[in-house]
Amino acid sequence: MLRSLTTSTTTLAAGAVAVGLTLGAAQAQAPVTLTVVSWGGAYTQSQVRAYHEPFMEMNPNVTIVNDDGSANALAGLRAQHQAGNVSWDLVDMLPSEAQLACDEGILMRIDLDEMLEPAPDGTPASEDFIEGSTGECYVSTIIYSTVVAFNTEMFPEDKQPKTIKDFFDVENFPGKRAIQDRPAVNLEWALYADGVAIEDIYDTLETEEGIERAFAKLDTIKDHLIFWTEGAQPPQLLADKEVAFATSYNGRLFEASEVEGQPFKIIWDGQLVEWDGWVVPEGTKNKEVALELLRFSTDTQRLADQAKFISYGPARTSSAALVGQHADLGIDMGPHMPTHPDNFQTPIVLNNDFWSDYVDELRERFGSWMLQ
Amino acid sequence: MAQAEMVGMPGALVSADGTSLKASLRRADRRRRVTAFLLVLPLLAFIVITFVMPIGDMLWRSVKNDAITDNLPHTVDAIASWNGEGLPPEEVYAAMVQDMREGKADRSIGSVGIRLNYEMSGARSLINSSVRKAENLEPPYKESLGAAHRNWRDPEIWRIIQRESRPLTASYYVSGLDLRYAEDGSIVRQPDHQRIYIDLYMRTLLLSVVITGLTLLLGFPIAFLLATLPMRYSNLLMILVLLPFWTSLLVRTTAWIVLLQQQGVINDVLIAAGVLADENRLQMIHNWVGTLIAMTHILLPFMVLPLYSVMKGIPPSYMRAARSLGATPWTAFWKVYVPQTLPGVGAGGVLVFIISVGYYITPALVGGQSGQMVSNIIAYHMQRSLNWGLGAALGSMLLAGVLILYWAYSKFFGTENVKLG
Repeated sequence: MLRSLTTSTTTLAAGAVAVGLTLGAAQAQAPVTLTVVSWGGAYTQSQVRAYHEPFMEMNPNVTIVNDDGSANALAGLRAQHQAGNVSWDLVDMLPSEAQLACDEGILMRIDLDEMLEPAPDGTPASEDFIEGSTGECYVSTIIYSTVVAFNTEMFPEDKQPKTIKDFFDVENFPGKRAIQDRPAVNLEWALYADGVAIEDIYDTLETEEGIERAFAKLDTIKDHLIFWTEGAQPPQLLADKEVAFATSYNGRLFEASEVEGQPFKIIWDGQLVEWDGWVVPEGTKNKEVALELLRFSTDTQRLADQAKFISYGPARTSSAALVGQHADLGIDMGPHMPTHPDNFQTPIVLNNDFWSDYVDELRERFGSWMLQ
Repeated sequence: MAQAEMVGMPGALVSADGTSLKASLRRADRRRRVTAFLLVLPLLAFIVITFVMPIGDMLWRSVKNDAITDNLPHTVDAIASWNGEGLPPEEVYAAMVQDMREGKADRSIGSVGIRLNYEMSGARSLINSSVRKAENLEPPYKESLGAAHRNWRDPEIWRIIQRESRPLTASYYVSGLDLRYAEDGSIVRQPDHQRIYIDLYMRTLLLSVVITGLTLLLGFPIAFLLATLPMRYSNLLMILVLLPFWTSLLVRTTAWIVLLQQQGVINDVLIAAGVLADENRLQMIHNWVGTLIAMTHILLPFMVLPLYSVMKGIPPSYMRAARSLGATPWTAFWKVYVPQTLPGVGAGGVLVFIISVGYYITPALVGGQSGQMVSNIIAYHMQRSLNWGLGAALGSMLLAGVLILYWAYSKFFGTENVKLG
């Protein structure tokens, strides 16, 4: 009893001191709690270690709270906007969704050169960010890709698949293939494997003949396909040798092959490049601090730092040279980046404008094709 | 004295405080009823807030259509009198340009593009690219808007705008039933390669019926054993039934993946036993077989428990009486025992069927493509495509389907045959 009383007195005293300290700091700068929304898991961790922790060290009055709401970011932003109570300050989301939200007027416009840091050599941000990685209301932090990977133990050593064409070649490279149950990515690869030049893929997909051609190519491997829905499935299917090939995100494959030691190899040929990054909701109460964090976390060094913790490439050209080693494993991260010159030879950049226009129609068609 | 007289009169009894007995009885009754009502009030409020309101909201969303009326007010007014032939007159084009300019200023135009894109692929970029040019367009707008984007010369987009310029729409239900609007406004079936939802509904119903049948087949003997074995054995058996029930759904589903997959335990055992050749491994997961097996297992307790509670209440003396009157064991079982279990069969069947019609996570994980159910596509529209109208229409149709089936069930078998405990 006595002990608990003393403890609580100490706690009270400590509390009073803390309050006094905070008050002292408050005179200089009011404390701010910033809600940052992201994808959770290893990805949020990489942001915490590369952006949030150094930012909070520099600004002791700021506390950053993480919210793992990015999977439903658009729905959340809409709901908060309609309710007139915006509680998110900085949101990590996909450009396709960010574009929709921007068109709906629920995101702040971002002036790249005014609101972001230039590169160390003075190149303005609008030129330093890789082409296509920024939008009206949107600035990418990472580039990630959807790739085909295979289990090296399922093919003879002298006959390992190397290209997307091999993925569609069931004669020479037998085995089941796992692909995602959505049209995006799969239709692009079908056309690419069928000999369409990368720059013509989306123009071809806008025509009826092009769509038929893509489905006809997919028909050739249909009997060997398994469809996955959740991102955790493909590495598991590959590890269990349920499939020989699987399409997946390069970050998950890095986790499985480098961290867990699975015998997976990525086919970088035809990698489908997508972006991911920040938006600032219109009407946030902490606009100043949110924009400060936006500026800080998108500078050249911070983007390069993030690559120490996860195998996603920085969205700035100037960051590429600064990418070092994995913080825990100590392996060189460069060769695992989608943007590494060896890997970035035949990238297909996912065209979000195309998919926002055609996703409804093609999703139904793809669904119907899967059912038949 | 007067009181004594009154007591003697029939129908005018009074209580101690002088009011008539009837009135005070009524008052006490009312008080009891109010207390009872207040006690269930939290539950009632809970049901209204978490159940009735969301369902009402879903039904409302499936027909709500305010994107066009709210954000293209001038166009909606101007296009009302258009007869739908050829291209609309200049006023409609002018109204559209005015709406775009106003919509760009307050950034409300984006939702128009999203809404129209559900009806016509490419409408989103049509609106967005034209809005960027709207400021500099000169009259006659019919020419300049047509030059800004060629699709403004296509009557289809105007027909869609006219059709969707009403505050309520049926178009989500039209898409949900694999139909579409033809050029003349009539409703026709989607082309073959675009049909998807009806097949999914049929498959969902079929899988649910088969799962209900399988749980009954497996659950009946278990429940019978539970109800008839001596207590110490039946308790152990009960734990075996309940243990999976208490285990996380995801754990159970993942356990099935380990067992059923081609490199999994069952295939390995069959090959070790020489039943299968290594190259003929069975495909038991990532197709409808996986959904069937995993869901039957997961829903089994929902069949066993109602059956058990009904069987427990059937006195064993009935069977003995039947036997002593000369019935064979089978006749006694079939004619005397089984009819008495029907309330349990009904309850378990309805429970399992309704739960499986709306099942979501297990088919997503083990169903592959042929094992997906309609709830998976509803989840897709709610979470990914964000076409909440279509998701709501699909959900409403599922709800209506379940209600119709339940109505048919209660009409032909009667709900008094359902005993949930």
